[in-house]
Amino acid sequence: MTALGKLDSTNLNGGQKLAVKYFTVAAALFGAQVLFGLLAGMQYLNPDFLFGILDFSVNRMVHINAMIVWLLFGFLGSAYWLLEDEAGIPVVGLKLGNLSFWIFTLAVVVVVVVYLLVQVGSGEHSSIWLINEGREYIEAPRWADIGIVVCVLVFFYNVAATFTKGRYTGVGGVLVLDLVALAGIYLAGMYYTPNISMDQHWWWWVIHLWVEATWEVLVGCLMAYGLMKTLGVRRKIVETWLYIEVALMFGSGILGLGHHYFWIGTPEYWFTIGGFFSALEPIPLVAMVVHAVFDAGHHKLKSTNNPALAWIIAQAFGNFFGAGVWGFMHTLPQINLYTHGTQWTASHGHFAFFGAYVTMVIAYFYMAIQKWRGDVYMSGNVIGAWKWKWALALLHIGMLMMTMALLISGYEQSQIERAIGGSDWVAYFTAQSHPWFVQGMQWRQIGGYIFAAGFVLLVWDLMTIGRRETRPAQIATAVE
Amino acid sequence: MSKEIWWASESFWRKNAIWITAGSFIVLIFLTFDTVNQITAGGKRVPAYSAINHRITYEFDEKRNMQVPVIGVEEPLFGTKLTEEEAQALVSRGKLTTQAKNCMNCHTLLGNGAYYAPDLTKSWLDPSWGSKDIREQQMVEFLMNPQDRLHNGLGRRMPNLGITEPEARATVAFLKWMSTIDTNGFPTNFKPIDQEN
Ligand code: HEM
Ligand code: HEM
Ligand SMILES: [Fe+2]
Repeated sequence: MTALGKLDSTNLNGGQKLAVKYFTVAAALFGAQVLFGLLAGMQYLNPDFLFGILDFSVNRMVHINAMIVWLLFGFLGSAYWLLEDEAGIPVVGLKLGNLSFWIFTLAVVVVVVVYLLVQVGSGEHSSIWLINEGREYIEAPRWADIGIVVCVLVFFYNVAATFTKGRYTGVGGVLVLDLVALAGIYLAGMYYTPNISMDQHWWWWVIHLWVEATWEVLVGCLMAYGLMKTLGVRRKIVETWLYIEVALMFGSGILGLGHHYFWIGTPEYWFTIGGFFSALEPIPLVAMVVHAVFDAGHHKLKSTNNPALAWIIAQAFGNFFGAGVWGFMHTLPQINLYTHGTQWTASHGHFAFFGAYVTMVIAYFYMAIQKWRGDVYMSGNVIGAWKWKWALALLHIGMLMMTMALLISGYEQSQIERAIGGSDWVAYFTAQSHPWFVQGMQWRQIGGYIFAAGFVLLVWDLMTIGRRETRPAQIATAVE
Repeated sequence: MSKEIWWASESFWRKNAIWITAGSFIVLIFLTFDTVNQITAGGKRVPAYSAINHRITYEFDEKRNMQVPVIGVEEPLFGTKLTEEEAQALVSRGKLTTQAKNCMNCHTLLGNGAYYAPDLTKSWLDPSWGSKDIREQQMVEFLMNPQDRLHNGLGRRMPNLGITEPEARATVAFLKWMSTIDTNGFPTNFKPIDQEN
């Protein structure tokens, strides 16, 4: 036993040692995401800023790619985090998992360096194999796609083999099946066609079936485990809720895919199917809020890890508002005709990714740091509690400010560019020059700085929280 | 929490989760077969690549109550009529160019992408190109040297992406072809360039 409060990797099991590596890279990439988001946002206000050096397209690509990758790293880390605990045995094939981590990280670094230094290629297949694929969110060149698939297969082997050799809990079973789908769907994005309709049709399989189906179920698993750990909720309760979430999430989210098939050349029946099923998508998110809030109240908010619990509750609400409410607002084709591809979309995209996924990964960061310091006390009035509280507040204020600013710009755009103007170049720039739009961009930037301040504080807090504590973690008490 | 109610039981929801997921997925597979069939180039919704040999318009259709692309009289791109294979090769090169140059991280295509620059779905038909007769040349020149051709008072410029002349021409072919896709009336209320002689 080492002293409480001291960072010591002997406090962690094998899977958890690997998890904290993933978390470290994830946090660094989160920083890159924020930085490049700020650069791209600046360019809305001053188009000459870095023009010809780091153009908007480059900054934006790094911004959203860093996001996808850091969230994936966060998820992989979280799965390794809970693996041994859930399965009851050490991770099977951990050495391979470690190797895969280093390969994955190296590949990410190479991809980003190429994005920044090479930026664009000529119109040939070699460019999309080596430089960038030019398709939003999955810009990574094809060689990297293949690398990602291999790394994810190794990860999958670790997870599936460990559960199989140990024991399958409900969380474990859902997680493994979900990972099969998550990895399988990625393959749909790995091919070239000159037909842009076909291209986007399959592209949405990756994007939508990730964020509105498989990722949602994955965070459902993480929430289940998180509530058991921080509150001591009984397994039977969280697992029943998990099944409810899976049923509702997949039941609405799979066919909800149709809300991206209104305008890309796909048939008109998607109006009905996409509109109907995607309108149901908020329901499971309500279920998650009820579940998390009810459990927290039932346990009188007495948790072993207050910051983690706070971020889990934030996840429940953020997911509901960002994905559920903000998604619902523009999901019916009658509205989407005017909002499709405006700052509305960006407003929803930010709020949803933050609310649903960033929050959960941060909760796991806090769970990790607690155990890493030898299961140190992290309940009410942990020393320096202001830091985690202010980090949480600043990140939320910043994100909400950005979301609202983008929404107002989006309203203006759908009115002036789409409804009144003719949706052509002149109409586009008329809308972009309107003071309401410009003010939205300014407030977004201010929100971005606040968010960035929250990020810095978060990192500082993660490095220091619990360091001066000598109290052991509060024990989660089962409540009947 | 002593007696278990069937609708709140773990096994009831586990079964539901499995059946609902499997059911939705099977429906999706069926729909996907039909959709992929309908959006394969050469069909009604997504025309053959050789459509670039024709005039493309975007007209209001009373029955569908929306604007739809119409393939009109023969009007070959750059004055050269292409076979289906040649047209496909050209459009494909244009598509590869849009990917390699990362167009989608400033523009939207079919409404998807980034919001820093105008949507390209109907850019072939945009009145900003001046007139029908100079449009092709205008587009090629713009793509090759966009950095000092502002279209707005904001100072937002497209960077020089090193697009060569053959790439620019292929990109124009891709854009012309994209404008033939039946997008269920998106963008709405669009006022296309005048193409009458
Ligand atoms: C955590 C879950 C979700 C995330 C992370 C998410 C994220 C996103 C993002 C990033 C986009 C923009 C894609 C692009 O760049 O073109 C998008 C589009 C969209 N999302 Fe979501 N979303 C989520 C859930 C939902 C839900 C539950 C709904 C509906 C109830 C929804 C409705 C939509 C619609 C309609 C669009 C298309 C917008 C357009 O036409 O431009 N989303 N989503
Ligand atoms: C400092 C904070 C941030 C700033 C200033 C910022 C800025 C931007 C900008 C300028 C864009 C391009 C939008 C466009 O094409 O017009 C963008 C896109 C995007 N950002 Fe951020 N961002 C920030 C943080 C975040 C965070 C924390 C997330 C999510 C976790 C996020 C997720 C996204 C997504 C999903 C898109 C693509 C949206 C779409 O295509 O609809 N950003 N961001
Ligand atoms: Fe979606």
